[in-house]
Amino acid sequence: MASDAPAAAPSLGEEGAALRPPEKAGHDERRRARRSRRYRQDVRWSPYAFVAPFFLFFLAFGLFPLLYTGWASLHRVELTAPTDMEWVGLRNFSRLLEDEFFWNALQNTVTIGLISTVPQLLIALGIAHLLNYRLRGSMFFRVAALTPYATSVAAATLVFVLLFGRDYGMINWALGMVGFDHIDWQNGRWTSQLAVSTIVIWRWTGYNALIYLAAMQAIPNDLYESAALDGASRWQQFLHVTVPSLRPTILFTCVVSTIGATQLFGEPLLFNGGAGATGGADHQFQTLGLYLYEQGWVNLHLGRASAIAWAMFLILLVIGAVNWLLARRLSKSA
Amino acid sequence: MTNPLSAKRAGRQFHGGRITHAVLILFTIGSLFPLVWTAVAASRNNSRLAQTPPPFWFGGNLFKNLEIAWTDANMGAALLNTTIVAGSIAAGTVLFSTLAGFAFAKLRFRFKNLLLLLVIGTMMVPPQLSVVPLYMLIAELSWTDQLQSVILPTLVSAFGVFFMRQYLVGALPTELIEAARVDGANSWRVVWHIVFPAARPAMAVLGMLTFVMAWNDFFWPIIALTQNGSPTVQVALTGLGRGYIPDQSVIMAGALLGTLPLLIAFVVFGKHIVGGIMQGAVKG
Repeated sequence: MASDAPAAAPSLGEEGAALRPPEKAGHDERRRARRSRRYRQDVRWSPYAFVAPFFLFFLAFGLFPLLYTGWASLHRVELTAPTDMEWVGLRNFSRLLEDEFFWNALQNTVTIGLISTVPQLLIALGIAHLLNYRLRGSMFFRVAALTPYATSVAAATLVFVLLFGRDYGMINWALGMVGFDHIDWQNGRWTSQLAVSTIVIWRWTGYNALIYLAAMQAIPNDLYESAALDGASRWQQFLHVTVPSLRPTILFTCVVSTIGATQLFGEPLLFNGGAGATGGADHQFQTLGLYLYEQGWVNLHLGRASAIAWAMFLILLVIGAVNWLLARRLSKSA
Repeated sequence: MTNPLSAKRAGRQFHGGRITHAVLILFTIGSLFPLVWTAVAASRNNSRLAQTPPPFWFGGNLFKNLEIAWTDANMGAALLNTTIVAGSIAAGTVLFSTLAGFAFAKLRFRFKNLLLLLVIGTMMVPPQLSVVPLYMLIAELSWTDQLQSVILPTLVSAFGVFFMRQYLVGALPTELIEAARVDGANSWRVVWHIVFPAARPAMAVLGMLTFVMAWNDFFWPIIALTQNGSPTVQVALTGLGRGYIPDQSVIMAGALLGTLPLLIAFVVFGKHIVGGIMQGAVKG
């Protein structure tokens, strides 16, 4: 590094300057003053230059659209003529409250969110615990667990549509082997929501397991040793040492999974085969994300889509507040 | 991952027994089976897929189906588009995140904490909240069906900034920066000669994670790009799923084509991607 720097660096000491002939010292003095001014300017402004790209892009493609969505939600806007905006006040929102499909989508989002998030995190916790043992081939198991994460929503959903097929799907075939009737996964309310949740669980369990595993490896071994001395079995150690130590991580995955579940879109869109954004013939697995898409890009009402977006945001804020309160209570009781 | 304490880490005092292995093998089968079966189904034909029991082993139609998917669903162009999109997003995210992460980790400036809080806050905002104006914007600019409409809005990432900050706080010695400054190096030289070399491992991990995310992104591309214009793989797969090509084995061939590049990357870089996710998790 030092060899790259110019020879007369500002590190030159006071004595060095004093030993020079006077006329050269004046020249050096000016040069040094100029350089130190440039140095001060550089130190002062370069941090802003380094963070500027992020904030410029964020303003253009993050903050501005966010606020403009609020503005658009107060208007009647059609996809065919997005610049013709007609002020309608809160009508988009009041219509939403009377809209049975909105409430249906909200309810589906909640139930699919629950039946995908809860088993997913529980299985992830168990798998992480097993991965934390000394194992032969542990890296293979970790990479394999993460592979579904590399699969896109579209590819995963298309495979599961086949696996969940009513007449020739492998899952119904396997169920038939143990004496069950064929299940119409796509058309039942509960069965279709279960199938959609399966896709979510499949894609994200391994990812969450690795996050838990990372947190488990940070737990000091002393805790386990003293628990073992107190006569705790492995299962008791898991319950009384591992799980409490993971509490912040568990909260983190709950928040992230909840945000993900609120936005569920690709799975219900493609699970419907060729039938579009309705989320099944009876809207039985239409989520809020899918309903937003249907209103905006199938029915061409961008204003209403904006209102749904803001409603989703408010719901997320409520969920965030509930999570925060729960976390506070949990840490108090600990 | 090379922590000297690793031998003493939690749970490590026990060797995994047979049951541990058995459960993990079952889990692995569950994780890999849908992918393997995608290839099995892609190697059959439609009428074989409409029979019970379903096929469990490969048939002879794989290359024929891949060819149909390649030409009819334009998967070749879609793969190229997705590579451009994911590559640009990964490169931009890594570059801008490293610069901003360095500033937040090591430099002093006014409003630093406020700005960092803003970065973290933006991670909470769902993408749905901005799609309507973004769509209006790209319609206004006549960018629909053009790749920059997908690249530009995702070119920076709050997660990336935060990730690089957390890494550089520990990995970049402040004395090294000061020494370079004393030697007369300006900020850009410091970035080029000190920050980038120190950040390289984290840049590689962030690049891979961003590439995977951008490759699989679905919601915004399906709005901004149509199947007939210049779609990404995910948008092209949507077209397959909607039955423009009704043959299930061809749909599976398309899904296989769209997944294969990332699967190969996972076989090659799997260890590093796993390490990156675990690292991000502990620090996040």
